[in-house]
Amino acid sequence: MLSTTVGAFAEAWQEVRIHKTRVMLSLIGVAVAVCAITTVVGLGAVAQQATVEQAERSSGRPASLVLQLSTMDGSSPDTAAVQAVWSTALERYQIGYASRVTTTNQSVQFTDGVANVTTMAVDQPYGTMHRIRLTDGSWFTETDAARLAPAVIVNSIFYDRLGRPPLAEHPTTTLIGERTTTAVITGVYPSQSWETDPAMYLLTDALASVTGPVSATPDPSAAAWYGPPSYELWVPPELADSLTTALQRDVSAAMGEGVQADIYRQDYASFSEDPFLPIKLLVGGVAGLVLLLGALGLVNIALVTLAQRIREIGIRRSFGATAGRVFVAVMLESVVATVVAGIVGVIVAVLIVKNPLMEQLIGQGQVTDFPPFPVEAAILGLVCATAVGALAGLVPAIIAVRVKVIDAIRF
Amino acid sequence: MTLLQLTDVTRTVQLIDAPPLTILSGVSLTVEFGDRLSIVGRSGSGKTTLLNLLGLLDDPSTGELLFDGQSVRSLSGAERDRVRGRDVGFIFQQFNLLPGRTALENVMTPLLYASGRQFWQRSRIAAEMLDRVGLAHRLQALPDRLSGGEQQRVAIARSLVRGPRLILADEPTGALDLETGESVMSLIDEVALASGAALVTITHDPAIAARATRHLRLDHGVLQGEIRALAPGGLPAIGPGIAPAGAAVVQ
Repeated sequence: MLSTTVGAFAEAWQEVRIHKTRVMLSLIGVAVAVCAITTVVGLGAVAQQATVEQAERSSGRPASLVLQLSTMDGSSPDTAAVQAVWSTALERYQIGYASRVTTTNQSVQFTDGVANVTTMAVDQPYGTMHRIRLTDGSWFTETDAARLAPAVIVNSIFYDRLGRPPLAEHPTTTLIGERTTTAVITGVYPSQSWETDPAMYLLTDALASVTGPVSATPDPSAAAWYGPPSYELWVPPELADSLTTALQRDVSAAMGEGVQADIYRQDYASFSEDPFLPIKLLVGGVAGLVLLLGALGLVNIALVTLAQRIREIGIRRSFGATAGRVFVAVMLESVVATVVAGIVGVIVAVLIVKNPLMEQLIGQGQVTDFPPFPVEAAILGLVCATAVGALAGLVPAIIAVRVKVIDAIRF
Repeated sequence: MTLLQLTDVTRTVQLIDAPPLTILSGVSLTVEFGDRLSIVGRSGSGKTTLLNLLGLLDDPSTGELLFDGQSVRSLSGAERDRVRGRDVGFIFQQFNLLPGRTALENVMTPLLYASGRQFWQRSRIAAEMLDRVGLAHRLQALPDRLSGGEQQRVAIARSLVRGPRLILADEPTGALDLETGESVMSLIDEVALASGAALVTITHDPAIAARATRHLRLDHGVLQGEIRALAPGGLPAIGPGIAPAGAAVVQ
């Protein structure tokens, strides 16, 4: 059995070696198709990662839960009570990644005048939860909350308007309100392509030291100008449903009647099973078509060359090759050749996909964690190559078996 | 001991617009181990068809063909292929070497279908066989770089490399000049004798046929008679009742 298997492979390899020019020509199509299908899948993974990271920046990583509290009469819930419930819940369920999120506007003094800056007050874990990528400096640390001058992380538009001072020199900016506050810029994040205005992050605990815009409210100490925060949690997706139920129950019970607690998932993965399925199907369909065309070319060449090999098959049969052995040999010849072509195609695809220029082109600067070359893409490429080889070898193999030995020898 | 036994074998082929064509009719023949048998006859007399039957490449239409005492009809296709690979060696007029393969690879080809030692040591066995036919220095030569005589030597080495019990030679010197043909036939005789294999040769050449110990003539598919030479090298009968001196008609 072993000698039969080894013999079949040896025979197939010998055929490939002998007819290497013909084989190489016929396999160019397959190699290109495998390269295309693997590249498309590989680049698709990068593009998907870019989309995923962009989605995670805006709505958090899977599974991100948001807790929002409201009262029946429209007033703000008791901030201290909410804070106590929040802290208890985080401790009880051992949730490490959680952040209060408050969105507001803050007047900032630039050299060319005062501008309204969209400001998000968050807790330190928010950077990880939302994959905040910095082009300069670093995200908030635990010690930033204790700063007398609050730390702020600004977008590149903000930074540009400041004249891009080196962060090592601890540049400051002036936040204008009832009181003027000096903040230290500790990091810069890239602006999205659609953004035109400056924006910044600061820590929630620092928000209290910053006053609102001059015209916002006559009672800055109440901090009413920025409204109640929402509360975000990053939890394992498999626990999201049970935690939602548990938190809903706990918070509702703790806050008592009159306060409505809403907890929902806001990450991209909660909207559908696989938001990238349509793209995958489209890309897969195109790649499959390319592969089919390559396979047709292969079958064509295999059939033409088989006619030239009838005599050889007859000779082999006269020396004891069984019909099954001839079938396997012709089939394997095709499979061995296409697998080699597949390996070449996959290697080229890896070189294309992992090329830094291509990564930047497809990632569009949105990707922090470039995915490794997807193993499934390489496997898919090789499986496709093998399947194409088997299918392309099937027809010639059947014809080869049907050849009458005595006719073939005299062909 | 009987290697091949044909009893009243007929081979006909169906034609589309004509009645069936009878190629062999009522052929009865026994080939013993170590026999030297030559078959002569005109073109179209059925010599090659008979050789195909003897080599298990074709089936008789009627009659019985026993190989080593076993009815060929009872063997499956794969079993017949295996018996052929193990016990039968073919030498063709046009050599039928596989193009693009070296002499060594050509001789190794039958060993690809063997098992055990013959398969795993195929390279060494093939090289030894080529050495035996005087081509130890041409192992890596491609067929188109070999002379006609050398090509036929490679073909002989290939047919004998699995140690067959029956060697079937179809006009083995047909593509060679007289001198080379003589040399090739001497080689075939020598290796067949050394291995104890039966040798069946189809030929037009009376001198080649004369090297056999048994001589058959086919005429229009009918085995006209068998002449058994009393001494090696005796002349073959070229027609019924025209046996040379020193030969006896046995059937």
